[in-house]
Amino acid sequence: MKDLSLNELNQGLKNKDFSSVELTQYYLNQIKDLNTEINAFITIDEEKSIQQAQQADQLISQNHISELTGIPIAQKDIFCASSWKTTCGSKMLDNFYAPYDSMVVDLFNKCGAINLGKTNMDEFAMGSSNETSYFGAVKNPWNIDFVPGGSSGGSAAAVASGMAPAATATDTGGSIRQPASLCNLTGLKPTYGLVSRFGMIAFASSLDQAGPMAKTAEDCALMLNVMADFDERDSTSIKRDKENYTQSLNASLQGKTIGIPKEFFNDELNDDVKIILEKVMQAYQSLGVNIKEISLPNSQLSIPVYYVIAPAEASSNLSRYDGVKFGYRASNYKDLEEMYLKTREEGFGDEVKRRILVGTYVLSAGYYDAYYLKAQKIRRLIADDFTKAFTECDLILAPSSPSTAFKIGDKTEDPVAMYMQDMYTISTNLAGLPAISAPAGFINKMPIGFQLIGNYFEEAKILNFTHQYQSISDWHKYSPGGVL
Amino acid sequence: MTWDIVIGIETHVQLTTKTKIFSGASTEFGLPANENACLVSLAYPGTLPVLNKEAVMKAIKFGLAVDAQIAEYSVFARKNYFYPDLPKGYQISQFELPVVNHGHLEINNEGVNKKIRILRAHLEEDAGKSVHGIMDNKTGIDLNRAGTPLLEIVTEPDMSSAKEAIAYAKKLHNLVQWIGICDGNMQEGSFRCDVNVSVKPRGSDKLGTRREIKNLNSFRYMEQAINYEVSWQIEQIEDGHDIIQSTVLFNPDSGETKAMRSKEEANDYRYFPDPDLLPLKISQKDIDLIRDSLGELPEECLKKLTVDFKLNEADASIIVSDKKTYEFYQSLVASGLDAKITANWIVGNLFAKLNDHELSIDDCPIAQEQFILLIKRIMDQTISNNAGKKIFDLLWEDPDKNVDTLIDTLGLKQVSDVSAILPMIDEIIQNNPEMVEQFKSGKDKAFNALVGQVMKISKGKANPGQVSELLKEKLTKS
Repeated sequence: MKDLSLNELNQGLKNKDFSSVELTQYYLNQIKDLNTEINAFITIDEEKSIQQAQQADQLISQNHISELTGIPIAQKDIFCASSWKTTCGSKMLDNFYAPYDSMVVDLFNKCGAINLGKTNMDEFAMGSSNETSYFGAVKNPWNIDFVPGGSSGGSAAAVASGMAPAATATDTGGSIRQPASLCNLTGLKPTYGLVSRFGMIAFASSLDQAGPMAKTAEDCALMLNVMADFDERDSTSIKRDKENYTQSLNASLQGKTIGIPKEFFNDELNDDVKIILEKVMQAYQSLGVNIKEISLPNSQLSIPVYYVIAPAEASSNLSRYDGVKFGYRASNYKDLEEMYLKTREEGFGDEVKRRILVGTYVLSAGYYDAYYLKAQKIRRLIADDFTKAFTECDLILAPSSPSTAFKIGDKTEDPVAMYMQDMYTISTNLAGLPAISAPAGFINKMPIGFQLIGNYFEEAKILNFTHQYQSISDWHKYSPGGVL
Repeated sequence: MTWDIVIGIETHVQLTTKTKIFSGASTEFGLPANENACLVSLAYPGTLPVLNKEAVMKAIKFGLAVDAQIAEYSVFARKNYFYPDLPKGYQISQFELPVVNHGHLEINNEGVNKKIRILRAHLEEDAGKSVHGIMDNKTGIDLNRAGTPLLEIVTEPDMSSAKEAIAYAKKLHNLVQWIGICDGNMQEGSFRCDVNVSVKPRGSDKLGTRREIKNLNSFRYMEQAINYEVSWQIEQIEDGHDIIQSTVLFNPDSGETKAMRSKEEANDYRYFPDPDLLPLKISQKDIDLIRDSLGELPEECLKKLTVDFKLNEADASIIVSDKKTYEFYQSLVASGLDAKITANWIVGNLFAKLNDHELSIDDCPIAQEQFILLIKRIMDQTISNNAGKKIFDLLWEDPDKNVDTLIDTLGLKQVSDVSAILPMIDEIIQNNPEMVEQFKSGKDKAFNALVGQVMKISKGKANPGQVSELLKEKLTKS
């Protein structure tokens, strides 16, 4: 069952080659074998997963089978799942059991998919290496001395190591695409508003977006078919007709145009990464795609803008963790204020505290205009750059990450160096655009991806381009311990 | 030195919606603690606010009723502060762009009309409640109220006495109930005022430093608090002290206002637009629809009563002090009753009785049709006004009684028959030649005494108006 695509798993279940219980048990065994080393999962509950698989087998036996029925999916531990512990990678929620399903989990449950377990992540999705998790760093399956990227590092490592066929993830500044790049996976961050945020624990509300992490564009399309749905419980969810994202995977790219932003392909870009991306361009040219230089003049402002807006929203979103209603509460305190202080001092890790401090500062009286308001204005300029660019091209090609994975501990002392990991991904979150990262090759035996950015709601086009690339390349077929 | 008093008021009006402003939880009052605390009220991770349209419509309704501008585009913001009864750690409110701007309310204080400008009104959610003293050494949190929709209505500093402030607050209290956006229940906290008070030397252009009296939920306390605060501020300044801008609380037991500890108010709320909610856009079409449903406002009704029905201002004000009273009055007049007699009866008799028993018009025991019949019998001169009062009291005691039966059994029917009254008048003239003489020499008092005599021998049943008329005729002729 190893290395089968979601479509192949679906065929196998349909043909009764294996049952959902067998399939689920296979992955649970994989987790037993590998998770101690990789640390990709925070919570496993064999009983619950197998129970779901039994129900799925019943559905399948009655021929009620849709594309993901009976298939185990790992859920990032940012999605609340009824009766599952949901920690968001934090000590603050180490005792938190949500009495409700997030929309994403609910949609997978409804189509008969199996919740395989909750994956590790940077605390409250704040981090690019999965080292800020209260539950310990996740190891990159390609080399366990290296980080898998973050914040969806657990989901990435789980899929890359063969502990799950696919996983859910979230992306606020690159948290799907950067780990996908570092773990040789395909990960899609959809248009803001396409996937409901209900029940997904908030980091930065105007940037957070859930998406799939899998081996291929086709698998991502199957996942997105389930995940993309209007939800009246999320006021930023967008009401539109459902799309079938697998439908146009095989459309021809003849005569299409890919834009190359000159601001990304400059002297700062790592030479090895540049060579790999040029090969991707050549591959697209061989598919009949035109390559055209474009400009995103304000993109270099993305990191500073992001590190004003995201912490500002986070500082407010995380105020609810005060020890009063749920989650961690300090055990010794003499009054209310001390309860607040100790609860938050003990319950949050350093990176979360750092961002709460930054966010509180930029929203303070006297600083709001200079930071938050100005950042919002630049955010608009960044979005306008993309709108203009898309008059000239279908999609934009960009690096996903500035380099391959770095060693665990390498950047933990230098937050700004860590923040630079997302320099190529953040602008799309600020603009609310969809983007994918897909495998592009290897540097020193470590994988790296390329990024394709599309206009609003052009997930189908992004998946089509990526699938076409994957039909003439085989980087996505490599797995750790394989031929390399 | 003499002083000008400057007062502005912020009122929190709880909107009567079935569900909370950002969730589907009920807003019902008086339930066991946390019965209405849904996951959104509890700020569970991943839950999100969804705006209640009904709350917006009620805010617009208010805006139209005070002739304000309705913002086509307004924004919800987060007001950040930590408090156990504020589950999210922020309150969703409107800050820079409120839904209602620049309206006004006309008040009447001791016969003088004055326009009070309303700067803005914005939508926000209420907080929960901290409950002390029910658990040893611990504070309980009741989140039933958390998320209840409020409309905060802010005036310009246009009031210059406690009396004007009360007149405004009462007028507003009446209006929000009249247009059906608030139940007006002050005990339950549905209508609470924060009053900003400052003083300045008479005629000075420069405003003094203000202090804000928080959370007044009775008109009586409001008046006491303002009067105390004004004297306190004047005394401070006259003693050479500066007023420090602060928030104060009124203690009804001592009758004093006292500043809160500075720590309790030293908050930087870090307002910013709530990214979970889209900006609120209101179309002209929505506004027009709501305008059509607004109905007559108290101001128009007052005009109708004084101009069309020729009621005096005092009676008219009492009738429009409450929509139900006005509607009751309207239905009575519509059934053919005389506007003035009806007004007198409502204001003079019905209200006196209701007030004595601390009842509202809804709780009046007398059936409307009996009340109408009673006034009809007075109008058609079947009974005198005094007899009417007697019947009214009896109906109050026993609502099953019937007006006409009471008139019969008590023999209250007044004699309006000229042939019956004339002999009585003749008799009295004959028996009281001195009084007749006095009347003729210009003493009006004698006339009243003669009427009294006639009434007496008729045992009170003669129609006094008719007696008076016939007597005058007789005396001036002879």
